[in-house]
Amino acid sequence: MNNTTDIPILRVENLCKSYGDLHVLKNVSFEIRRGEKKVFVGPSGTGKSTLLRCINQLTVPDSGFVYLNGEEITNSGKKINEYRQKMGMVFQNFNLFDHLTAVRNIELALLKVKKMSKADAHKKAMDELERVGMADRADFYPAQLSGGQAQRVSIARALAMDPEVMLFDEPTSALDPELKREVMEVMRKLAEGGMTCIVVTHEMKFATSFATEILLMEKGEIVERGNPADIPTSPNFVRTREFMGSYVEE
Amino acid sequence: MSEAVNITVSSGGFDAVVQGIIDYFVSQIPFWQDILLPALFDGLFVTLQLVLLTAPFGFILGMLVAVSRVYGPKPLKWLAKLYVIFFRGCPLLVLLFILYFGLPSIGIVLGSYLSALFGFILCNSAYNSEYLRGALQSVKQGQMTAARSLGMNKIQAIFYVIIPQALRRALPGVSNEFIYLIKYSSLAYVVTVIELTGAAKIIASKYFMYFEAFAAVGIFYLVLVTIATVGIHFLEKKLAIPGVSGVINK
Repeated sequence: MNNTTDIPILRVENLCKSYGDLHVLKNVSFEIRRGEKKVFVGPSGTGKSTLLRCINQLTVPDSGFVYLNGEEITNSGKKINEYRQKMGMVFQNFNLFDHLTAVRNIELALLKVKKMSKADAHKKAMDELERVGMADRADFYPAQLSGGQAQRVSIARALAMDPEVMLFDEPTSALDPELKREVMEVMRKLAEGGMTCIVVTHEMKFATSFATEILLMEKGEIVERGNPADIPTSPNFVRTREFMGSYVEE
Repeated sequence: MSEAVNITVSSGGFDAVVQGIIDYFVSQIPFWQDILLPALFDGLFVTLQLVLLTAPFGFILGMLVAVSRVYGPKPLKWLAKLYVIFFRGCPLLVLLFILYFGLPSIGIVLGSYLSALFGFILCNSAYNSEYLRGALQSVKQGQMTAARSLGMNKIQAIFYVIIPQALRRALPGVSNEFIYLIKYSSLAYVVTVIELTGAAKIIASKYFMYFEAFAAVGIFYLVLVTIATVGIHFLEKKLAIPGVSGVINK
């Protein structure tokens, strides 16, 4: 193992965030190495999404640190805009730019942030659309796409920035089962390509097959974590089994 | 005029009445051709100048005020708020009097034309800023979040993502204000700018032709507003994007 793989891509240290009296995150720490897939599960309102948003500083944490390739990105001022390019984010509600077609959604940041030429940006955007199987919808506006298609475009948009880690914030929660599948397929393909992923999801089946580590969050803390293969038997996953059980019963 | 009507009535008979009306209008042609219409066209030219100069500046200033109110730092927010309170709260007529009659007493002499122009721009921008503010606030939070997550700074996000969407939604309100501007530009006449209404007033009192002069002016405004309405409709259609503004094309 050489030095570069020794440093985790992302290290989160004692992250805390509260809104008034509500402590959303309490000293959350973890790290992720290249190629790993960490999946956060747990009841709603336990801080999973806040954690993701605190990682790329869309929400500013009250205390704690986040390091990207060993560099501190918390309190990094304007430089955060550079760091964010390396952390692609995918949202529950897709958040495609409503006034731009699929291909121009991807081009925008390439042109304005990466300062690529028009021709290069277009080519890159089309390549990324191809990768998620959406090249034939390049000139459609977000309102003309199905939820699954929109989410695939938003994944392509994040990938176009050549991120080192992808943050997925409940990427399938707004989709029906069929559309969920097409988005998960794209995610699996990405993972097979070696992309480092942090995922927040309620899809327990997907989580266990996708993750290299499952982390159960509850009330702002990581309460259980480990290899998903151990969930059915290990004493470390008592609460996780209970949580999954409540899903099965539904 | 009253003489002509009396004669036709007293001589009786339908044909005679029609002949009388025709005779009356024919007798009016020289007045319209040589006096009224040339004066009104001169006035129209001034009105168009005022409207076409006010509209872009009123729009840009309104946009600056709106963006300051929604995204600016606290002091700027308050400044923009005060701007709206003052220039929307002050009757335009009073504003024009202050600019034209008031400012010279503290040594600022704008003259009639600039007084009218500045008054219109201040008033127009204050109203526009409110339409634009509403539109800016109607753009979903996720659009800004997504733009920032791709590494755009706040100003880039506002310019390339928020404003293009807000503009389309503000168009009906802003164009309403434009049409209103065409009509309140007639107030320039109170600070001695001879625009359309002023020109009509002068001819009317000089030749004692109030009905003709103001009827003609009414038609002039009607034509102006109709042209503007058609233009705006065309613009709205051209700028429409499914999911942002206008009807979704199926």
